[in-house]
Amino acid sequence: MEMRAAYAECLAKFMEEDRHVVVLDADLAKASGTRKLYDRFPGQMFDCGVAEQDMASIAAGLASYGFKPWIESFTPFATRRICDQITISISYARQNVKIVGTDPGISAELNGGTHMSMEDIGVVRSIPGMVIFEPVDETQLRAAMPVLNAYVGPVYMRLFRKVTPDVFGPDYKFDLFKADTLREGRDLTVFVSGMFTRDVLDAAGELAAEGLDVEVINVHTIKPIDRETVIASARKTGAVLTVENHNVVGGLHSAVCEALALERIPVSAFGVQDRFGEVGKIPYLRRAMGLTKEDLLAAARRAAAAK
Amino acid sequence: MNTDLKTICKDIRCDIMTCIGHLGVGHIGGCLSIVELLAVLYFEEMNIDPAEPKKAGRDRFVCSKGHAGPAVYAALANRGYFPKSELLTLNQGGTHLPSHCDMNLTTGIDMTAGSLGQGFSCAAGIALGSKLEGDGATIYALVGDGESQEGQIWEAAMFAAAKGLSNLIGFTDYNKLQIDDTVAKVNDIAPLGDKWAAFGWNVIDVEDGNDVEQVSAAVKQAKSYRSTGRPTMVILNTVKGKGVKWIEELGAGNHNTNVNEEQAAAAIREIRGEE
Repeated sequence: MEMRAAYAECLAKFMEEDRHVVVLDADLAKASGTRKLYDRFPGQMFDCGVAEQDMASIAAGLASYGFKPWIESFTPFATRRICDQITISISYARQNVKIVGTDPGISAELNGGTHMSMEDIGVVRSIPGMVIFEPVDETQLRAAMPVLNAYVGPVYMRLFRKVTPDVFGPDYKFDLFKADTLREGRDLTVFVSGMFTRDVLDAAGELAAEGLDVEVINVHTIKPIDRETVIASARKTGAVLTVENHNVVGGLHSAVCEALALERIPVSAFGVQDRFGEVGKIPYLRRAMGLTKEDLLAAARRAAAAK
Repeated sequence: MNTDLKTICKDIRCDIMTCIGHLGVGHIGGCLSIVELLAVLYFEEMNIDPAEPKKAGRDRFVCSKGHAGPAVYAALANRGYFPKSELLTLNQGGTHLPSHCDMNLTTGIDMTAGSLGQGFSCAAGIALGSKLEGDGATIYALVGDGESQEGQIWEAAMFAAAKGLSNLIGFTDYNKLQIDDTVAKVNDIAPLGDKWAAFGWNVIDVEDGNDVEQVSAAVKQAKSYRSTGRPTMVILNTVKGKGVKWIEELGAGNHNTNVNEEQAAAAIREIRGEE
């Protein structure tokens, strides 16, 4: 199932159970997969039109009145466009608003550079009080949604909206503030968030055949980062590679480096190398930005050799 | 009642002068210009209870021009939300009374504001919340004229009209001055009433927004417009720095200015009519 369809199903359940759960759009309900919910929940779905700043502050007002608003848009418009509204109306005012940005990084594909947010995690990560969560598959998303809905405080969810390869099995237990160790290893830790997680697991399998034993940890919550898990794994393997669909400035790589600043462990980065996006399908964009599976294997080998 | 309101206006003005004079600096002009509105709302019109400041279904006031915090604090203290002595802590480290309104610090403040334009959208969200709850509350929101240059004000204007938020009553403190110069010279917002009307709002133009009787009548009229299904904007033609001659005469220079305790004491005598 598409991630957005699973996401919309979860929202529908919350709205059914709690009339205080409301969803606000800025003319992208169709893209977010929630347009059809307008007929079912006319008193809980509100389209603000193309006015993201207004949407963010309206949500804060609703939250101050006891409502539990979710706001949604494409990743750049749910973050950098409304950075000040997230900062002041939502986080500084301590309002319980959930922010959902869809089509992160290169997954914006044909919308191109204007819509291809490489900086959203960096923007939101610098705002005190924010939680940043990026699901990797439908299982993790469905496990996380009720936790996010029940969590009292602002959260930014970075949502890949189409079908993703499965990473987690049916027994998956989700903890918002605990990173998930997907594979244990001795030689290198790969901390990964988002859409490249399946690729990292596949790469770890290939590297094992070469004698490189890779630990893979999914950092689904980038803020607050699970420092305990990050530091323990880095100390165990002695070498780190971060993997993300985001600029290597400001995102997961930065968060991991901050956690490991006193550890004297080499931390390498696989991600967007401080450049803007462009139009293209994902395979093209991965080639253009040095994000192919081969690039990943080479980055892992270099990262392990750095210790 | 109106005699009482006039006295209350003097009390609020004096308390603004006292706390800003004690600190030595503050957003004095835009505090003094809105005193009559605060007196009418907090002492005549709003369904509120200082003993139960977070009561469900209460009327709410959002000071979107958040830098007028000291004026709101003076009104709240006079209304009994906290002791007047607290006003002297304005902007001191650790205070509950910061320069810009903060709902998490100050008893009686309904929404955090200060980054201009945002409070007005928050008020639209609150009005939507009240409508969904069906609690009958009236939501009041004050914007500055300079603040009305923010695009977000007009996003909220569209939204409130489109969603029929007739429980939302806005006010513009139209004192015609902003930090750099007159509003007309910086980036004119005129014709202001026409703009709000074009955005689908009822508009009430108050010739003298520092005449408490005119303000009181306008708020009553605005409340009566609830049946129109549209929000209402009350444009208050005010004087920035109203009530203290030398501050009024500073013009655009009175947005944020030094006031020492001697000047404050003299201003209080002027407001009380003793000079």
